[in-house]
Amino acid sequence: MTMIVNGEAAEIPRDPRVSLLDFLRDDLNLSGTKKGCDQGACGACTVLVDGERVLSCLSLAVQMEGRSVTTIEGLGTPGHLHPLQQAFIEHDGFQCGYCTPGQICSAIGMAAEIARGVPSHVTTNLGDDAIRLSHDELRERMSGNLCRCGAYNGIVAAIAETFAEAPLAEAAE
Amino acid sequence: MSIVSDAKQAIQGAVQGAMAKAVALAPDNWIPGGEPDPLIRERYGHVGKPLSRIDGPLKVSGQARFAAEFPMDGMVYAALVFSTIAKGRIATIDTALAEASPGVVAVMDHRNAPRLAPPPVFMSAPKAAGGDNLPIMQGNDVRWNGEPVAVVLGETQEQANHAASLIRVIYEEAPALTSFAEARGQGTRPAVFMGQSLHDERGDAEAALAKAEVQVDATYLTPRHNHNAIELHGVTAAWQGDVLRIHDASQLVAHTAWSIGQMFGMAEDKVVVTSPFVGGGFGGKCLWQHQVLAAMAAKVTDRPVRLVLSREGVYRVVGGRSPTEQRVALGADREGRLKALIHTGVTIKTATNAMPEPFILPTRSAYASDTLKLDVQVVELDMLANTFMRAPGESVGTFALESAIDELAEALDIDPIELRIRNEPEKDPSTGLPFSSRHIVEAWRDGAQRFGWARRDPRPGLRREGEWLIGMGCATGTYPYYRMPGGAARITLTRDGRAIVDIAAHEMGMGTATAQTQVTAERLGLPLDKVSFNYGDSTLPGVVLAGGSQQTASIGAAVGAAHRDLVKALLKLAGNESPVAGLGPGDVVSREEGLCKADEPSRHETYTSILARAGRETISVEAEGPPPLETMHWSMHSHAAMFCEVRVNAVTGEPRVSRFLGSFDCGRILNPKTAMSQFRGGIIMGLGLALMEETQFDERKGRVMNPSLAEYHVPVHMDVPEIDAIWTDIPDPHAPMGARGIGEIGITGTAAAVANAIYNATCKRVRDLPITLDKLL
Amino acid sequence: MNRFTYARAADTFDAVRQGSDAGVKYLGGGTNLVDLMRETIEKPASLVDVTGLSREIEELPGGGLLIGAGVRNTALAEHRLVRQRYSLLTRAVVSGASAQIRNMATVGGNVLQRTRCAYFYDDAGSRCNKRSPGSGCDAIDGFNRNHAILGASTSCVAVHPSDMCVALAALDAMVHLRGDGGERRIALADLHCLPGDRPDIETMLEPGELITGIELPPASAISRSTYRKVRDRSSYAFALVSVAAVLEVEEGHVRNVRIALGGVAHKPWRAMRAEAVLRGGPAASLAFATAADAELAEARPLSGNAFKIKLARRTMVAVLEELAGEIA
Ligand SMILES: Cc1cc2nc3c(=O)[nH]c(=O)nc-3n(C[C@H](O)[C@H](O)[C@H](O)COP(=O)(O)OP(=O)(O)OC[C@H]3O[C@@H](n4cnc5c(N)ncnc54)[C@H](O)[C@@H]3O)c2cc1C
Ligand code: FES
Ligand code: FES
Repeated sequence: MTMIVNGEAAEIPRDPRVSLLDFLRDDLNLSGTKKGCDQGACGACTVLVDGERVLSCLSLAVQMEGRSVTTIEGLGTPGHLHPLQQAFIEHDGFQCGYCTPGQICSAIGMAAEIARGVPSHVTTNLGDDAIRLSHDELRERMSGNLCRCGAYNGIVAAIAETFAEAPLAEAAE
Repeated sequence: MSIVSDAKQAIQGAVQGAMAKAVALAPDNWIPGGEPDPLIRERYGHVGKPLSRIDGPLKVSGQARFAAEFPMDGMVYAALVFSTIAKGRIATIDTALAEASPGVVAVMDHRNAPRLAPPPVFMSAPKAAGGDNLPIMQGNDVRWNGEPVAVVLGETQEQANHAASLIRVIYEEAPALTSFAEARGQGTRPAVFMGQSLHDERGDAEAALAKAEVQVDATYLTPRHNHNAIELHGVTAAWQGDVLRIHDASQLVAHTAWSIGQMFGMAEDKVVVTSPFVGGGFGGKCLWQHQVLAAMAAKVTDRPVRLVLSREGVYRVVGGRSPTEQRVALGADREGRLKALIHTGVTIKTATNAMPEPFILPTRSAYASDTLKLDVQVVELDMLANTFMRAPGESVGTFALESAIDELAEALDIDPIELRIRNEPEKDPSTGLPFSSRHIVEAWRDGAQRFGWARRDPRPGLRREGEWLIGMGCATGTYPYYRMPGGAARITLTRDGRAIVDIAAHEMGMGTATAQTQVTAERLGLPLDKVSFNYGDSTLPGVVLAGGSQQTASIGAAVGAAHRDLVKALLKLAGNESPVAGLGPGDVVSREEGLCKADEPSRHETYTSILARAGRETISVEAEGPPPLETMHWSMHSHAAMFCEVRVNAVTGEPRVSRFLGSFDCGRILNPKTAMSQFRGGIIMGLGLALMEETQFDERKGRVMNPSLAEYHVPVHMDVPEIDAIWTDIPDPHAPMGARGIGEIGITGTAAAVANAIYNATCKRVRDLPITLDKLL
Repeated sequence: MNRFTYARAADTFDAVRQGSDAGVKYLGGGTNLVDLMRETIEKPASLVDVTGLSREIEELPGGGLLIGAGVRNTALAEHRLVRQRYSLLTRAVVSGASAQIRNMATVGGNVLQRTRCAYFYDDAGSRCNKRSPGSGCDAIDGFNRNHAILGASTSCVAVHPSDMCVALAALDAMVHLRGDGGERRIALADLHCLPGDRPDIETMLEPGELITGIELPPASAISRSTYRKVRDRSSYAFALVSVAAVLEVEEGHVRNVRIALGGVAHKPWRAMRAEAVLRGGPAASLAFATAADAELAEARPLSGNAFKIKLARRTMVAVLEELAGEIA
């Protein structure tokens, strides 16, 4: 039984209790994905599974068989940053940096959702297929990612800049 | 300068009275900061530039390794079991099932835990770091609800967690004091904070209040809070020979190493604490039981141990902010001049820590008043020790004080900004010391202009858009300049012209590494890429606490001192053939990667050339910053004028902040980009304080009932509007680099600004935090 | 977390076959179950993963919809027909939890999510009749600001936390079930129980019964509907009170109305009394207030949640006024 992590096959652990989060951090040593609560309440553990943002702390690793997981390490490296990672640096979208991988993965998942027309709590017209990338839309859609350092303004600015320049679907790839 | 040699003692509170007076009266140039830091003059170099964080690429790519992310060979995972009673003893503890559970390596409880001394409680010695002084897992007594009673070590986290759930503990409960009201009934005690009493009196304030033409007298309540850094407290501990290695998430590595050394009876250099990245601290990432338990467990198992507290565990093991009940009474004449200023109240601590929430601190130097009475009383409960949380004292104290000022402005029908300006003191009202630099009036004027304060309708409850009532409010934020003794730094210059600064400081997101790289580059006259800054390691020089917003000053003073010594050493090394030959340290400055004569820059030699001629690969100096006498000679405080616009739903009472501006006077801003983030971060925590944060402590059992980020609300993206911040950028002539520290001031004044805006919107004065919608229905 | 075995169900039959053993739990998105297992509140011996089953949203002849139990919350909210015809359902779903959780959570799991009462969650240190029947309820005299004002008992004052279910209750949704004995249907509004003296029994499901789908009756073309959620934080917070309402007005009179309340009871609370007061009467503020009062006449506050009565009343009235206003 395997899953794909950042393009490479990874053997699924035998103990079904192992969360995707612990599997990434402890077994694969991919500690870029963070644990802030292990309760689904902070978003620090957000990763992309088949392109969708999910919480790895509430996902069991066994459920990932045959699925493709992208973590922060799969998005860019210090030498080759994803444009959104670069924008986080420019806009100071973090302080301690602990929520940051989750924020970035979440934003990338969000971009795909917006491109698909998924409505949010602040979307006024549910009949519209195109979502306007407003400040409120970004804030509402990113609300599952807590930042105790309070880097929210910088995060929103980084996301807005990145996804305003590239069409959403493209940037999300 | 005998003053300086006695000063250390004085600062540690030993000989305070007389010494303080001597320092206050001493000539300026005897005092550190008496001669302005030369860096203040430099306006065109690295300092003040919005440099992006140097650790940014590591952090955004997930490569920055935090405490629980250092794998070690043979490592075992720990899980804790917490007590469920507040006081009593463990009658039996049955660990058999846990021990037999697959993957379990060992179970540790009070019966087999290594013997060790109790933690030295914070402030009991210069490097003491303990949150309390209770012995850790040394006996069967239980001292608070949630205290660790057993540690399970397993091959995997899942195995350890499961086994921990199999441990059965039977307690013998003893009567515990867990109710604030009940404790108060038994009497309160005067509070002592950092060796000083939290009591101040000038004149007869109660009499002046009674006589005053206009009076405001109200009680304000603030609840318990928890820091809730997103990184869980994690530690990886290993015994390597006779050295104990600890990867910690810490805002005080040197203190932690010393304190753990004391407990295990080891020299502090045998305990190596590293903490290169800290996922948020806010006062919470200090020494609590978990680091010690991990070290003990590593001994018991003879294997490295990784211990990460669960989110619940953080609430059970790491203290938070205590609740307060504060009275603020103001008496004024019709023009608004204060005749009486009274700020008193009660807070909660434990018998085993030394931390009464010092909520009167912001009031000491706030306003000119004929009379003054400040007092903090404490009661002691059977609970986990409380501790420092961002702006201890000021954060909740300004809520009471600045709400009361708003109430007075309302009673007088005077604009609240004008009222504050009318009561601006000329010198520190409590100590009589001159202010080092106080530009709060500028901050108010600039802020009012930018925020559009003139558009506020002073009559409450009148502005409405649809269902939303709209209001504006303001408040003063304030935080003192601190610099603690012990800051030391090593500067090493290498033959290829690079400088390395080593100091046991911390980066929890404040931007320390970035700003200090800028400062050092500027001091040494080097480009940024030739400076590296090493920190977060107890083997480096210095005892630097990342707390009290003092780390910048502490590092600045230490690096400044090391630089002075470096210049001396370089001049010696330079010899007779150097263009700077014959010059004294006072004649030269560091510029363009070398030294030159201050008033004759063409007499210049590069560091590389000096080292090369002397045949040296490196030159290294280490120096300690001077004792922080400046705070006894000047009254040194930062200030902020906080402006808030809220919208309150007239149907549901939901309060939402729509605009916020902080106008700061914090001395020189070293890096506007990271400073902006610090200001915003503080303000956002202040919004949480104002509107949603509360640790629910069930007084029946002394147990925290919302140990979770789902139930303890901190602000989310949607709660936070674009937050604006501006600053005077006026250097404090008496602070290193002219900078006074910016980490905590953002949270101060914010809750009052929100509460005052809510009053303006709704006509409802809410005096107990958090201001949740039920209070506005 | 206890040790357990994990298996994916091949199809519905397979799931029910496996699910009939004692100690088996169905696993949806896991956002509630995995959390509760980690807290040692749920201790299943095996998990049968049903996320691969029933992932379609089907239009039924006559205009209704059949939503598979395995449909993720996001997929439900974004579905074109749901957005167009049952917008309150989309509104309810997107007001819940966070985007990540909605991407994981399934319709079946959302219906069966358990209460967020702090004492229920505190397995080690608190009494809870729902968790361990007969042990007592620490919430009644403890922190109960978020707790029930309607239909509570002296055994339990917990609330059902779902937003989605409140909308479903107002939509007259039917839950499709399959168990050992075959298929059956039950109205969503009747699926959850009041606590009574057995708060550990939360639904009418038989052991091993699987939710296979939710059926929505055809939407009336002239009705207006919405969902309004009131909470402490602007997002990512459970409802203190929420109101789902569907209103049909003809010539100033209420032809049809369905109202459900969230955050007030052990189940999504269908406001039958209010509906009865309104039906046939004028669609006017006074009537709305009378209806709300009628519904809340039986409300019993606890030490910390009296405000919910006022809040529920005001929110109901505001929602009905909004819907009536839209029509006018
Ligand atoms: C931090 C946080 C905040 C949240 N906020 C909100 C909120 O604001 N509003 C809200 O409504 N919800 C909220 N939730 C709850 C969330 O909506 C639920 O956890 C989710 O809907 C459950 O769906 P699931 O598929 O993950 O269920 P699971 O966790 O997989 O299962 C839940 C239960 O349903 C059973 N089950 C699952 N599928 C079936 C089936 N087909 N047949 C029979 N039984 C089944 C399981 O055995 C289990 O008992 C929040 C959750 C978290 C963690
Ligand atoms: S760690 Fe997964 S949401 Fe917090
Ligand atoms: S940057 Fe520290 S929590 Fe977000």
